[in-house]
Amino acid sequence: MKVPLSWLRQYVDVVIPAQELAHRLTMAGIEVGDVVETGGWSGCYVGQVLDVRPHPQADRLRLCRVNAGTQELEVVCGAPNVATGQKICFATVGARLLDTHSGKHETLKAARIRGVESQGMICSELELGLGEDHSGIVVLPADAPVGTPLDDYLGDTVLDLELTPNRLDCLSILGVAHEVAALTQTTVTEPDVDYREEGPPIESLVSISVTDSDLCPRYTASLIQGISIGPSPQWLQDRLTRAGLRPINNVVDVTNFVMLELNQPLHSFDFDKIRDATVVVRRARPGETLVTLDGVPRNLNTEVLVIADANDPVGMGGVIGGANSEIGPETTSVLLESATFEAYNNRDTAQSFQLRTEATLRFEKGLRQELAPIALRRATQLIHQVAGGKVARGIIDVNHQPAPALKVSVTGQRLKKILGMDVDMERVEQVLASLGFHDIRHQGGGPESNGAVAGLEVTVPYWRNDITIEEDLVEEVVRIVGYDAVPTTMLSTPIPYRQVGPMTQLVAKVKDALAAAGMQEVISYPLVSQADLEKVNHPEGDGPPLRVANPMSADHEILRPTLRSSPLAALAANEGHGEGPFRLFELGRVFISRENDLPLERETVVALLAGRRLDYSWLHSSPMNDEALDFYDAKGVLAAVLARLGVEPEYRPAEDPLFQPGKCAQISANGLDLGVVGEVHPDIRQRFGLNAAPVSLLELSLDSLLESLGPAERKFKSISRYPAASRDLALVVPQDVPAGRVREIITRHRMVQQADLFDIYSGENVAPGTKSLAFHVNFQSQERTLTAEEVNRSLEGLLKSLEREVGASLRA
Amino acid sequence: MTGPTPQSIDELVQTALGELEGIDDPESLDQWRVAYLGRRGHLTQVLRGIAQLDVAQRREAGALGNRAKGNLEERLEQRVQQVNQAQLEQAFVRDQLDVTLPGRPSPIGRLHPTTQILREICDAFGAMGFSIVEGPEVEWDHYNFEMLNIPQGHPARDMWNTLWVDYQDPSAGRSMLMRTHTSPMQARVMESSQPPVRVIVPGKCYRYEATDATHEWHFYQVEGLAVDEGITFADLKGTLYEFARRLFGEERRVRFRCDYFPFVEPGVDMSIDCFACNGEGTGCRICRDSGWIEIMGAGMVHPKVLAGVGYDPERYTGFAFGLGPERIAMLKYGIDDIRLFYSNDLRFLRQF
Repeated sequence: MKVPLSWLRQYVDVVIPAQELAHRLTMAGIEVGDVVETGGWSGCYVGQVLDVRPHPQADRLRLCRVNAGTQELEVVCGAPNVATGQKICFATVGARLLDTHSGKHETLKAARIRGVESQGMICSELELGLGEDHSGIVVLPADAPVGTPLDDYLGDTVLDLELTPNRLDCLSILGVAHEVAALTQTTVTEPDVDYREEGPPIESLVSISVTDSDLCPRYTASLIQGISIGPSPQWLQDRLTRAGLRPINNVVDVTNFVMLELNQPLHSFDFDKIRDATVVVRRARPGETLVTLDGVPRNLNTEVLVIADANDPVGMGGVIGGANSEIGPETTSVLLESATFEAYNNRDTAQSFQLRTEATLRFEKGLRQELAPIALRRATQLIHQVAGGKVARGIIDVNHQPAPALKVSVTGQRLKKILGMDVDMERVEQVLASLGFHDIRHQGGGPESNGAVAGLEVTVPYWRNDITIEEDLVEEVVRIVGYDAVPTTMLSTPIPYRQVGPMTQLVAKVKDALAAAGMQEVISYPLVSQADLEKVNHPEGDGPPLRVANPMSADHEILRPTLRSSPLAALAANEGHGEGPFRLFELGRVFISRENDLPLERETVVALLAGRRLDYSWLHSSPMNDEALDFYDAKGVLAAVLARLGVEPEYRPAEDPLFQPGKCAQISANGLDLGVVGEVHPDIRQRFGLNAAPVSLLELSLDSLLESLGPAERKFKSISRYPAASRDLALVVPQDVPAGRVREIITRHRMVQQADLFDIYSGENVAPGTKSLAFHVNFQSQERTLTAEEVNRSLEGLLKSLEREVGASLRA
Repeated sequence: MTGPTPQSIDELVQTALGELEGIDDPESLDQWRVAYLGRRGHLTQVLRGIAQLDVAQRREAGALGNRAKGNLEERLEQRVQQVNQAQLEQAFVRDQLDVTLPGRPSPIGRLHPTTQILREICDAFGAMGFSIVEGPEVEWDHYNFEMLNIPQGHPARDMWNTLWVDYQDPSAGRSMLMRTHTSPMQARVMESSQPPVRVIVPGKCYRYEATDATHEWHFYQVEGLAVDEGITFADLKGTLYEFARRLFGEERRVRFRCDYFPFVEPGVDMSIDCFACNGEGTGCRICRDSGWIEIMGAGMVHPKVLAGVGYDPERYTGFAFGLGPERIAMLKYGIDDIRLFYSNDLRFLRQF
């Protein structure tokens, strides 16, 4: 919303500088995004061209005598449109103007142009900074007073408001004027509305009925006959242009002017095109069509409110007019409409026809009914003033659903309860009155309150649609008094007891554990594409994933049912910047659709390791340098994370479409599946365009993890005070026996406190089909120091178990 | 056979000490020790000769000999220490490290900058008694809008461009959406508990929005809510001021101005003074010349929101606020493009 101060001053004195005004408005909730000043033309005046003669030395230049108010001067002018009698913008020697050649502001000097002295300049839009036009000079209206400093005549300051949706009132200059008055302790002068009505009463000339009053609670109209359509007077054109609107013709300009002045959108019909002089406000009939003012044929539906004549629609009520009743040069009678349309229906129509107009911008926010006749009379007055004609007597006012005066109360007690400070009720009354609240009635004030006013009942002014409850008045008071006036205190109420949820805690722990294990957190968009899912072989059997109904692009249309694709894509994006090590993880939710409910949102973590195991370093010998992160690095990270959480995992070979067959394990604990770890299938690596090989990935469900942790707190196990005895065992087992199985048998054995696998070997000196596993085993007791004999006995027993269960023998 | 004379003992000592001075390695020192103090060493031999002297001479020579032995032993000990010390010093010189060489790399893990700033924010409010709750990222229109005093068709809905979820509700005709803020948890928390309430809600949000340097369609929000008897706008100001000091330092000034959100009344917007231009606001890109940077929206919970969850708005009051952690991080770290957050460029992430 553009508010030229020149227009604002018509209703209220602006007693403080524009920047200060902008600040106060902003603090009070009317944000001023920009203050645009035009002017600063010292040395420039309104001038008049007295005569124009050819330049003796140049065909394209003219010599002009200019009356600059106090003196007559001769200048050289190259503009093709210069003519005798014109009022123009004249820059005297010494004025600072934009030099159109250098692009900088320069001081104007007297100059000889092709042998003739030029004592000033007639300016173009560009030179004055008014616009881009440099094809000719600016021609001012004929009534421009010669000799007036140009700053006084053309200069202006425009406040550009960035309004919140509740402040409909400030889409009008008068609405802003009321704010300014309240913020600067001045008063508003509303325009006088007075015009002559003549001839028969309007009811005898036009018939208006409202059939669907639910969508149009009030419809008012006036009739002006015998007018002449033409351009608006300059003052009206200036008002509109400075507020950002384009002048069209005198009647349409008046409707726009009044909309900007009072906020009420109006519509003018060419009365001669209204069949049978009859207007019906009704819902459209099935199959009805209308060519709207923008030339587009519209198929109406029965939820669209139309303004119709005896037969057909002539406009979409509160949205846009019809071409069939448009004001044109030949129009002589105007039927002027000022109505209140129901906000929700108006907004629906605007949205479904993609017709958001200046009118719908206002109607959809719910204009007050009281405004309609006020604006009607104001516009009637102005049309009569600028287009002539006769105004029929009276107005039509169809108001099937009249709204009672809107009264709201506020008490000092409530103000204190909300704001945390006492506000003097006299000040409250003064603030509300300055904002236009009226019929203020005191509440309380009897002997029981020692005569003090306990509260106020006020009537909400017609331009405000955002005040309905007591708290709204509290805001009115505090925003004018200033938020700075409210004290700053700390909460003094008791702190409620609330434990942080176990999942929130687990998420934090897992993230910390992964970071501690050297992993970098990434966060990707949770909306993915169909292609992303296909790339990771996401099984379709899990049911269709949820989709966004209005996606911004196909890249982000599916609520991810898996987290697997995102870190792989992140790896692909980063491979160009180095060879790794890449150690990434993402923890976020996946969405599993459900019947008749919101989807399940499962916290999931995916970690990925790829590229060089080690950064380049002078400390590493070169073969080691080239080793890549692999499956066992991923398992190492997994072990570190799970150990921190106190989870003891088990691993089983598994198959999963993401992973290379034979390089995937299922992770479980306490009988619950926690997730998988493996090396990504080469085909999938290729689909993501990855260079790194292998790419190892692990995935954990935090729901399962939380469940596997159980409710139990961790229990301390006492540390043995007795020394441990260690033995190294080299065992030969059949090739297909998993090492984990052998380790499990060893650690389960009595007196074994720990067993670490430190070598695997197959080949020379080991029988074909077998492998050698070397374990470092610690024996320890909680009760005593073990003797060598006890250790040997335990070891013998262990070897027997190993032989029996997995066919292991000591390596010879 | 003549026994040793005091003179001969003295000469021997002088010779031995002279030799000792020139020795600077442990091996030669040992040889010297054997040569003079060993079982067959010169001094040992001399001392043995004392026995052949007559009694009167024996006593004197004996004392002299013992002193000489003690002297040589003591000097040897000194020399050994000197030599050892010198050797050690040589070794130190030889073993000197280039301390500027990089250390053995160990992998560095980091949390995403959003996670880090979220923790800072949650800690700041945690210290003021707020606890963390989380809610669903996919929501019903009911919680995302209606319970927040934003009914269907309300023009304020334009403030939140919504990504709708493709979902046909067979029974109730409910609309499902990607939550546009974490504010829906206001209603969910109040529906499931009685006052006092003091929570913050961090989480992801989604908007149907074109992206640029300051707009993302996917971002985080931290919503806050405090409801009880006796909570005032003054408390709101104090709480948010304390938060701003904790995150941005004690010297930061804050500004509260009127703003609009349908679920609060009065509404407020909090700004901090611009640290790029120190609130001067001239030619500053960060604060667009205003001297102030908006960091969050807030307000007193609207009575309709309280009534909607069954709280008595006459009895209970409260405040709510919402802030964007990415924006806070951008201000704190001078990040100039929000799109860096979720494009997962390691060159960005590794800076935090």
